[in-house]
Amino acid sequence: MSPAGRPQVSLRQVEKVFTPPGRKGASVQALGPLDLELFNGEFFAVVGPSGCGKTTLLELVAGLSVATSGDVEFEGRPIAGKILQGVGVVFQEDASFPWLTVTDNIGFGLGKLRLSAEERRDRVESALAMMGLTAFAHSYPAQLSGGMRQRVCIARTLVMQPRLILLDEPFGALDQQTRLLMGDELLNLWRKTGATVFLITHALDEAAMLADRIGVMSARPGCIIDVVETGWPKDRDSRIVQEDRFGTITARLWRSLRAESMRAIGYQGVKA
Amino acid sequence: MKPAAIWRTAFLGALVALLEVLCLTGRIDKLTMQPPHQIIIDLLRMLSAGTLNLAILKTLANSFLAFGLAMVTGTAAALVLHRLRAVRDALDPLFATYYAIPVFAFYPLLIILFGLGDTPEIFIGFMLAVVAVIVSVLSGIDRIPRVLLKTARVHQLSTWETARRVTLPCIAPYILTGAKLALAYALIGVIGAEFIMSSSGMGYEISFAYMNFDNATMYPLILLIVLASVGINMVLGRWERLLMVRRGLA
Ligand SMILES: Nc1ncnc2c1ncn2[C@@H]1O[C@H](COP(=O)(O)OP(=O)(O)OP(=O)(O)O)[C@@H](O)[C@H]1O
Ligand SMILES: [Mg+2]
Repeated sequence: MSPAGRPQVSLRQVEKVFTPPGRKGASVQALGPLDLELFNGEFFAVVGPSGCGKTTLLELVAGLSVATSGDVEFEGRPIAGKILQGVGVVFQEDASFPWLTVTDNIGFGLGKLRLSAEERRDRVESALAMMGLTAFAHSYPAQLSGGMRQRVCIARTLVMQPRLILLDEPFGALDQQTRLLMGDELLNLWRKTGATVFLITHALDEAAMLADRIGVMSARPGCIIDVVETGWPKDRDSRIVQEDRFGTITARLWRSLRAESMRAIGYQGVKA
Repeated sequence: MKPAAIWRTAFLGALVALLEVLCLTGRIDKLTMQPPHQIIIDLLRMLSAGTLNLAILKTLANSFLAFGLAMVTGTAAALVLHRLRAVRDALDPLFATYYAIPVFAFYPLLIILFGLGDTPEIFIGFMLAVVAVIVSVLSGIDRIPRVLLKTARVHQLSTWETARRVTLPCIAPYILTGAKLALAYALIGVIGAEFIMSSSGMGYEISFAYMNFDNATMYPLILLIVLASVGINMVLGRWERLLMVRRGLA
């Protein structure tokens, strides 16, 4: 898919600087200046070395924090720290509510959308089924594995039917096989909902397999240093990892990232 | 029952049995204390005669009022204090030293302020209990994972909705911890106040019985207070445990 038309999300010259409270200690430039455009219905992945500002970027787009400078827009409207309807977020940490059952967790946000009881139940039930959680509908998060809890959070976001889904390393807690399957699930859901997906990951193969476009971030302060178009067909699934192109894409990502990753961990490098 | 619970019950049972033996053999004379089984008989007789029911009712009602006020005010105060960083920083050391102050020393002052009657008694119970609630609720709020609050924001909850749907349920175990303490403090405050200056209530009846060597009234009343406070505490403890188990914390 090649990006066309007006972007759904656009960031222009965005910077984020964290200033410690009371101005004690040095301030940290976490991000930018960074430009980024996301187009309706595309699957965009971001890879970058640890601590480069990926979560910071996601929180700016989500409206959870405000850029120090630059503009962030969603569907032509400035975000500026305001959470907008139509944006769903799955966080890096476990965000399930431990006092609610799986069903109540998933339905958490539905009370806000004036839906009929029937519609509400339908949405929760289909999200349970899609995430393979039907058997655990009445369990509490403490009875689930970390990966299942993450699925609860994904389901809670899905039932809101957002037009833009932001995911922050949602599969970080999963083993490799489950990651591949969850990746397939995410692709299915992306096709079914038509939503724009913005996925942060530290796994290059995950980005290469799932995304239409992949933004590569530099070490902190994070900037987009490369955007790779994968050119996969829309009906792809995890079996594309066998294709030669998959290797080519992953290799290109690694080429862009290697130096940055070394910079991020302060590694001097081996002599070439 | 877990082994620890069995040992605990056995220990308490042994203490009571020892007391029984000491009383029956005359090591503890009748003027000092009756044997435990007699206390129970006296308690049942006292309750069925009903002469002290009004006093019992008054004390329990006042204690619950003090407890309830402390729970509501303490929780609300903690929620507000958490948002007012500067005020909280200023007050924190006071909370830490609060229980070093003998609130009862101010009782005469309270009587001047509120007059004789129930108000100063409830006030003392409330004052003793409220800080325990504030301290536990604050420590609960401090431990709310930030990501849950972010989730509330993403779902566009208002401040009030966030408090009701995220903050309060999240800190429920801490509220219950506070409630267990608050209950004990409210009873101590109310009964203690009745002891010092009052003409009604269980505290007053106990001290009256004491002055008149009326062991048949004094010990059953003491036993009743112990039973009431331990009973309610156990219910709160059960509830707390249920929440902890549900969250995989126990
Ligand atoms: N609230 C904050 N206050 C101060 N510094 C912060 C804050 N949040 C993030 N930072 C700093 O900004 C930088 C980027 O953090 P961020 O969490 O966005 O990285 P990340 O790419 O998501 O890392 P990871 O891969 O480990 O999740 C880090 O150096 C971090 O220390
Ligand atoms: Mg992160």
